[in-house]
Amino acid sequence: MLSDDLRDLYQQVILDHSRNPRNSGELPQPCLHAHGDNPSCGDEIDVWVKVSDNGHIDDLKFTGQGCAISQASASMMTQKIKGKSKEEAAAVREDFRRVVMGDGTPANEDALGELILLEGVQKFPQRVKCAMLAWRALEQALEGK
Amino acid sequence: MDWHRIRTDFPILDQQVNGHPLVYLDNAASSQKPRAVIETLSHYYERDNSNVHRALHELSNRATESFEAARKKAAQFIGAASEDEIIFTRGTTEGINLVANTWGTQNVRAGDVILVTGMEHHSNLIPWQMLAQRTGATLKYIPVLDDGTLDSAAIETLLTEQVKLFAFVHISNSLGTINPAKELIAKAKALGAVTLLDGAQSAGHMPIDVRVLGCDFFVFSGHKMCGPTGIGVLYGRMALLEAMPPWHGGGEMILSVTMEGSTYKAPPQRFEAGTPDIAGVIGLGAAIDYLQAIGLENIQRHGHELANYAMQRMSEVPGIRILGPQNGHRGALAAFHLDFAHPHDLVEFANSHGVAMRGGHHCTQPLMKRFKVPGTTRASFYFYNTLEEINRLVEVLLLARKFFT
Repeated sequence: MLSDDLRDLYQQVILDHSRNPRNSGELPQPCLHAHGDNPSCGDEIDVWVKVSDNGHIDDLKFTGQGCAISQASASMMTQKIKGKSKEEAAAVREDFRRVVMGDGTPANEDALGELILLEGVQKFPQRVKCAMLAWRALEQALEGK
Repeated sequence: MDWHRIRTDFPILDQQVNGHPLVYLDNAASSQKPRAVIETLSHYYERDNSNVHRALHELSNRATESFEAARKKAAQFIGAASEDEIIFTRGTTEGINLVANTWGTQNVRAGDVILVTGMEHHSNLIPWQMLAQRTGATLKYIPVLDDGTLDSAAIETLLTEQVKLFAFVHISNSLGTINPAKELIAKAKALGAVTLLDGAQSAGHMPIDVRVLGCDFFVFSGHKMCGPTGIGVLYGRMALLEAMPPWHGGGEMILSVTMEGSTYKAPPQRFEAGTPDIAGVIGLGAAIDYLQAIGLENIQRHGHELANYAMQRMSEVPGIRILGPQNGHRGALAAFHLDFAHPHDLVEFANSHGVAMRGGHHCTQPLMKRFKVPGTTRASFYFYNTLEEINRLVEVLLLARKFFT
């Protein structure tokens, strides 16, 4: 007997991404790179991003280790963000943040696609940082923050 | 012993969590409190609450009497020669920091060696790193073998006359290893080293006699042994305490104060500046009474039974790797790694089935690196846990396997 909250948190799509992460690996230099970690739980993500001269994200990959949520979120992020402009990526990131934190409604929910499946994290406040880890690294890589 | 009856002394255990009976297996982080301790705290706040030592009124007399009685209990609990060797602290961490900042600052010089082990909790590591940085001393580690025990060959080469202090954990919170404290302390003492034993996981789990162990300092926390949070004990041999300068300055620790300077009280008051955690101390005294009524030998024996049963049952889970000694000689905990789920996912899953465990690095990051795991999941037991609860744990681990694979 499983609680609905737990089933929402660990949907099959999420478990599949964590077991078989997409866009796993490093990109050759030159590219943007950032490392993110959650010191309290030891989760780690490295994000590599290739941005074209006109500001499009041509490619991105990640490596890391951690819980299913952090790894699935990273995997889904790479699929969603590839091919977007930096501005579009920032908009998706903000909408995703709103969804996992339960902080307001996303400006463009449809654009989130599969990422909406991670909204179950809302019910598990301690896991928000897991879901956001790859996104913080992406922001750092793109903005140098 | 009627352990099932003893379990009913803990009101918190009788509840449902997420629709399942609570199975509390996070005792190495913090134990639950028996009614006797909770009632002692209520009684203190309802009848006796006031500041200790200085006032001359009835409530203060009562509070002071209970406070100092707890000091005697703590001394007797660990076999100290005198209650004046018992310093109340906020817990194990503060006790170690006190030693590092008083005895350490006074005695450790550049070129000295501070020896610890590779299985220390961060609380018995960071204060020594800081002391080493301050003084120019070198911090050295006794390596941990694959079976979770200390490398005895390395001890022979690392334990030299340069070692000023040897500080190590009695029972590892991450491996369950019970270190041969008495032998290690004797070796260190023969070479002139001062010794500190971290009893956070041993106090309340086995009989402790600091004079048999021979350590100079022994530290433990109240909340891991049925006492309140925020209270712990630093034991120090009087000869050392007397020579140590104070750490925190303030009220309670002074003899006389002038604008030019002050003189300080003898131990233990020298190290207890400010109003202490009076309720905490009195609650700790009640916890000691409670544990001693059950008997520390009985608690130790039952802990071994639980650990052995857990090792045996948990090894039935495919893909499990239990860290630490595989034989029966281990503390009442089992930290493990599963190839199908990250510790945090597993802990979340177990929680949804009412089972409370801890997942992560357990404040022993160097050790996690040593065993090449990002973290582990830890089931830690206390005497109120039952074999049925261990069966339930195994059932939930098997369910998790189905869920995550």
